[in-house]
Amino acid sequence: MSLFELFDQLEQTYLGSVIRDSAWLFPIIESFHLIGLAILAGAILLLDLRLLNLAVPSAPIKMLEQDCRPWLLIGISIMLATGIPLFISEAIKCYYNPFFWIKMTTLVIAVVFTLTIKKRVIAQCDSHQSSIQTKLTACFSMICWCGVAFSGRWIGFY
Amino acid sequence: MNEWLLSLCRQIENSSGSIALHESLYLYSLIETTHVLAIGLFVGLLFMLDFRLLGWSFSSLPITDMCKKVLPYSLLGFVVMIITGALLFYAIPVRTYQSIFFRIKITLFIIAGINALIFHVRARKGNYAGDISTATRLAAGISLLTWSGVIVAGRMIAYNWFDCEKLTPHSILFGLSGCDVSF
Repeated sequence: MSLFELFDQLEQTYLGSVIRDSAWLFPIIESFHLIGLAILAGAILLLDLRLLNLAVPSAPIKMLEQDCRPWLLIGISIMLATGIPLFISEAIKCYYNPFFWIKMTTLVIAVVFTLTIKKRVIAQCDSHQSSIQTKLTACFSMICWCGVAFSGRWIGFY
Repeated sequence: MNEWLLSLCRQIENSSGSIALHESLYLYSLIETTHVLAIGLFVGLLFMLDFRLLGWSFSSLPITDMCKKVLPYSLLGFVVMIITGALLFYAIPVRTYQSIFFRIKITLFIIAGINALIFHVRARKGNYAGDISTATRLAAGISLLTWSGVIVAGRMIAYNWFDCEKLTPHSILFGLSGCDVSF
């Protein structure tokens, strides 16, 4: 089965047609997608600003990472739980939308980076001092996630 | 009041800057995207503080530290959010002014603002230095709910279900949206 056929089948699922046929469902799910974005952005930015030695420099990095982790997971869960239905309701439109593919690419890069390199840098860093490694990690993380949010918004403009 | 504000919005709408922004190919969309990113910075960091104040998280971080060392970045997001938001209004003033969702958004925005003001005035008197009190939790809860409401209502402005021409004249919603002005 090709990717196009898969998208076509997803769009024809019950969930897809229910959202598509409703005037209200898409906007409401979209709004919760934005609230998820705020929680996710907060968890990522707080830690990244700490890695840059900007926010709460008195907090040990590893401790802050542990505190931020649940909100990162909650944020991502809300994003997926709302984002996937939004996608399913207009999968074919997404297939032809370059911003959808840019978003998926940056999203994969951001998630993989967060779970591998960023995790390792934090595990190996001095918890009380930010270094050039932690600063570069934070910059890359923020650029990636901004890219996800930016291209996500542009799916709707295309 | 309503007539005066509406005529003001009409004047803005007829200005060359407003027309240019409204008809721009990319600028309007770029401003809207910046608005969303600024919300991420402002509301995102504010939510983390609210979770701390509710006692749900970050328990080893002193509240004072979070207020002093996190809120400035949040406020940076707030400033960008206000500037881009004002530009979005400037581009589409009349329709936005008569949007029920915009009115709900501004109402929630004012409640959120007063709530924040009360919190910080009390914090300055030292009421929030020690344990998390009920008043603190209440302030954080109101903050979470009102800002979430601002986001939801804000997103809904884009949809035209309740635009003036779709509403029954002299209905409650018609009045609340400020559609009942004769020119």
